Amino acid sequence: MPQSWQMAEAPDKAAKAAGLGLRTGDGCRQEKSGGKKMKKRTLALMMTAVMTAASLAGCGGGSSASATTAAPAAPAASEAEKEEAKEEAATEAAAPAAAADGELIKVGIINNDPNESGYRTANDADLKAMFTEENGYDASFAYSLKNDEQITAAQKFIQDEVDYLLLSAADTSGWDSVLQDAQDAGIGVILFDRTIDASEDLYLASIVSDMDKEGETAVNWLAGQGLDEYKVIHIQGVMGSAAQQGRTGALDAKVAEDSAWTLVTQQTAEWNSEKAQQIVQSVIDSGTDFNVIYAENDDMAKGAVAALDKANISHGVGKDVIVMGFDCNKWALQELLDQNWNYDGQCNPFQASYIDDVIKKVQKGEAITEKTIIMDEKGFDATTITADDVEKYGI
Amino acid sequence: MTKKKMFFSSRQIFIPIAALILLALFNLAVDPSFFKITLGHNSAGDPVLTGYLMTILDYGSEVAILAIGMTLVTAACGGQDISVGAAVAIAGSVILRVLVGIGGDGTLQAPILVGFLAACVVSMLFGAFNGVLVAIFKIQPMVATLILYTAGRSIAAWINNNELPIVTDKTFTYFGGFIPGIPIPTPFFLAVVCILITLLVLRFTTLGLYTQAVGINSSSSRLNGLNPEFIKFLSFVILGLCVAVVGLIKTSRLSTINYSVIAKDIEMDAILAVALGGNVLSGGKFNIMASIVGAYVIQFLTTTLYKFNVSSDALPAYKAVVVILLVVLSAPAVKDKLMSVIKKQKGVG
Amino acid sequence: MKENAVLEMKNIHKSFPGVRALQGVDFTLCKSEIHALMGENGAGKSTLIKVLTGVYEKDEGEIFLDGLDKPAVIRSPQDAQNLGISTVYQEITLCPNLTVAENMYIGRGSAKLTNWKKMNEDADRILNNLGIPAKASHQLSDCSIAIQQMVAIARAVDMDCKVLILDEPTSSLDESEVEKLFGLMRDLRSRGVGIIFVTHFLDQVYEVCDKITVLRDGQLVGEYVIEDLPRVKLVAKMLGKELDDMEEIKDDTQVYKGEDEYVFEAEKLQSDAGIKPFDFHIKKGEVNGFTGLLGSGRSECVRAIFCADKVIGGVVKIKNKVVKLTKPLDAMKNGIAYLPEDRKIDGIVGDLSVRDNLILAAQVLRGPFKPFSRAEANRFADEYIKLLEIKTASADTPIKSLSGGNQQKVILGRWLLTHPDYLILDEPTRGIDIGTKIEIQKLVLKLASEGMSVTFISSETDEMLRTCSRLVVLRDRKVVGELSGEDLTQSKVMETIAGGEAS
Repeated sequence: MPQSWQMAEAPDKAAKAAGLGLRTGDGCRQEKSGGKKMKKRTLALMMTAVMTAASLAGCGGGSSASATTAAPAAPAASEAEKEEAKEEAATEAAAPAAAADGELIKVGIINNDPNESGYRTANDADLKAMFTEENGYDASFAYSLKNDEQITAAQKFIQDEVDYLLLSAADTSGWDSVLQDAQDAGIGVILFDRTIDASEDLYLASIVSDMDKEGETAVNWLAGQGLDEYKVIHIQGVMGSAAQQGRTGALDAKVAEDSAWTLVTQQTAEWNSEKAQQIVQSVIDSGTDFNVIYAENDDMAKGAVAALDKANISHGVGKDVIVMGFDCNKWALQELLDQNWNYDGQCNPFQASYIDDVIKKVQKGEAITEKTIIMDEKGFDATTITADDVEKYGI
Repeated sequence: MTKKKMFFSSRQIFIPIAALILLALFNLAVDPSFFKITLGHNSAGDPVLTGYLMTILDYGSEVAILAIGMTLVTAACGGQDISVGAAVAIAGSVILRVLVGIGGDGTLQAPILVGFLAACVVSMLFGAFNGVLVAIFKIQPMVATLILYTAGRSIAAWINNNELPIVTDKTFTYFGGFIPGIPIPTPFFLAVVCILITLLVLRFTTLGLYTQAVGINSSSSRLNGLNPEFIKFLSFVILGLCVAVVGLIKTSRLSTINYSVIAKDIEMDAILAVALGGNVLSGGKFNIMASIVGAYVIQFLTTTLYKFNVSSDALPAYKAVVVILLVVLSAPAVKDKLMSVIKKQKGVG
Repeated sequence: MKENAVLEMKNIHKSFPGVRALQGVDFTLCKSEIHALMGENGAGKSTLIKVLTGVYEKDEGEIFLDGLDKPAVIRSPQDAQNLGISTVYQEITLCPNLTVAENMYIGRGSAKLTNWKKMNEDADRILNNLGIPAKASHQLSDCSIAIQQMVAIARAVDMDCKVLILDEPTSSLDESEVEKLFGLMRDLRSRGVGIIFVTHFLDQVYEVCDKITVLRDGQLVGEYVIEDLPRVKLVAKMLGKELDDMEEIKDDTQVYKGEDEYVFEAEKLQSDAGIKPFDFHIKKGEVNGFTGLLGSGRSECVRAIFCADKVIGGVVKIKNKVVKLTKPLDAMKNGIAYLPEDRKIDGIVGDLSVRDNLILAAQVLRGPFKPFSRAEANRFADEYIKLLEIKTASADTPIKSLSGGNQQKVILGRWLLTHPDYLILDEPTRGIDIGTKIEIQKLVLKLASEGMSVTFISSETDEMLRTCSRLVVLRDRKVVGELSGEDLTQSKVMETIAGGEAS
């Protein structure tokens, strides 16, 4: 049984970890630069966010030692279980040995730049709040939007002999060899937020949002509005990104099958509000009629709305133009609450508790039944959203 | 003789104006409604003029303001500042930090003017940082500014502790939008003010002469009593000031900031504006008005392309075509050929 | 073709917009002859050379070469080179960061470039043959200007040239280097090469040339055998008028007769340019000079006075008051003006107009917040263009398009406009035609007579003897003597430079 073989290796590994002491990666340094006070504040803020999100989403935070992380609910959402089940998944993958009691679990976290978006900021803060010493972790962070830099960081973490490598890859390809190295070194890899084009054997689990589903939810909601004609300004994210593909796919499919739906323009604003503003401005200048703005994130929706405001085109609940965004930024949900926008689709950035759960399971020697763990996500309608929702789901 | 002199002295600004006319004619031929301007009202009930031309004035003004500083840096140092976009992010972040603060509820904590002045100071300091690297340590401008280009957006995010402050106060939207009662976009007025100040400075100080002298022959300038290091340093500080103004416009447009995408690639547009203005990118003689016209030409091109539904990721490709044309046309070999062709034409006619 | 001729140019015409640069010029060059091409700036010398080397296309006329039945077709420098016409320009046009050998073989067929060893050997052999003291493997920039010049010639010679054009090759060489160059030229002559020698230095013409062709205003004045044309006549032919005797100019002018006041005094002045500390003073209305071989430190001395190099020691007194000068602006504020040695690098601001170049120093002195109005600037420009007879299309013309002499006049005007008490002129007459030279010398004496103190530096000793009343002599970056009065003779100067007193 592979499991026992790995267990045999455990003391050796634990000793190593102890001997090396607390090593900090690049990420930690970056974190420290923010100052102690700031760190504490963010921490507290994010703790609350994690708590609420975790409990409401109904997915477990795992049996963490920390009192702050509540809800030791069933790991992996029920819907995930219904999907393709891979029973022997965990046994094939090289799960790392459990550290002895009291030892910190060393994790190397490779993420995208937290400045990239509000989503990423929340995501990073969530991870930082979870992987703390109080929770039994020794975490190092590395940030990059570039795949090659991320791979370099991964190699460094492998050299540092982390127990787990947590990865949100910038690009889907190019990861095979470095993940193989990780496996050979007995390091468990957990993907979050983004999938990669590599054999499933190379990682323990992948915790992702289902972008296609996000798109479908949004388009179904829009179809439910019962307009006679749908003249949509479609503002896309960076072309080729998973979020763009998922959110575009559903709309494209609907436009293709339903003659009442047309795209006034379909342009990428590359997640950039200024570009979105210019794109919508251009449509307004041309005098073309439209009644829906389908922006693939909140920032771009905001840019679009700025252009509408300038031209005195009314938008929101019961107005001329329906405004749709994604990601559930707090300010965006507030716009919904104020009825200025109509819809916002959630893209859950709080993967930390899911990851923690996976690690805890592996440490206990339990099998991971689901390789791909899909997070629970919803869409908000301006007519039904509450102030509580804004607080709970806003990032 | 006098006619010839006129032609030569006005030749530089002739390039961007010709480009402008070309674009205008193209639009006129394809769809004259491009030039339609309508008076409407915005959602706040204030009168606004809308139309493609207004959009050009609005967005072109950002690049125009930056082009002023970029022209000076180019002339004095013979190189370009590529950290402008990142510096705009910093300026915007400073404004929001002062106006709203971390964890603020969006109401103004300080007058907008204070926020703007703070941004001016910080931007000029970062300009000074670039200036010291270039003037004192003699690092190539592009390499020196690469530092801020790389680090700037992280610094901007750090200033607001990675939060995204939102200003709810309506008056803050005036700078990137409209002042109630005035139907022309405010950025255009800000650009006009910047241009007027620049022209006054050039008229009532010797900045123009000194900058050109240093850019053309730094060694000779020193022996004429100038301090080339200071002139170069100064050009970066002035660019910093321009950056602060654009930071105000950018943050005002949306009342918030996105550190990673605000003013993205704007430095390339500013440099392109300088090049379009016929200024030599290796320094020396300059014509700021030509750069400013160049800036509006770029926006004219961008707006035209948007109008024809050209995908926005394809925009850089079109700009690249413009750059290629410019570079080829300004190459000495081509210039001579053109001149001789023109001469022959004249001889025949 | 004439007997023995290697090159014959007949009835060459060339016009530029507004200028008829060459009007029916004939020129004949024979085998084994050094032929001076003389004329003032703008006479058409360089246009003729450029037509011959294919830089310009001639409008009319024919060029015959020895061994060709038909008129030669020269459309590019490459054509000229293939026909055996090689040129060495005033400015070194080689690549300073390559080795001597690489410079000799660059751009001449790839076969030789592949075999480095052979290339170096070949180069060494040629250098040796011509007696050029350079190693093929040395980097060119490590060699002196003279050696670089010679390498350029060696390159030309190795290309089997029949016609060698030397365009102002001596203007940046000192006398011993000039001698070496002449040796090389004579050697080439004996090998049958025809050499066209363009220069401003009359002495050199008479030292090395066989024939002289004089051009004036784009027209041929005549071709003369050297023995038939004494100097004074040559100058007269070039200028188109009889010249007042050059030797006499000093006596013609008034001498300043005001108070005997020290305008500038320095004690143990030292700069970071490597000169030994030196003492120096100059009185009101005095003209003095610094002399010595090239590299002896004469330029460095005046640069230290003007703070053009970093001053690291010494006490400076201006009009008997101790002042602290640290940068050029300090010196300027104390009434010192400095016309630098290297006009291109330190003098002109090439792309700026004549007007801007003229007012630059005065403007800097006036301060950044008081720019001259357009009208004032124009007035100054017109005044000095007229006063110094600067030949320029207009005040708006970029200075770089002026001829060397006129550029120098603009720089001179720039400093006169600051109304200095003490004017330093470092090689003001280098590369300038004879007429302008005399004008500048006269101007210097006139200014001195009006009370201006002037330091005048020149590579041509006779020029300094004519203008200066006192000479500071330098050797090896050290002041070794001071000559005045009776001692101001060519031989005494030579003696002091050579170090007579030391032996």
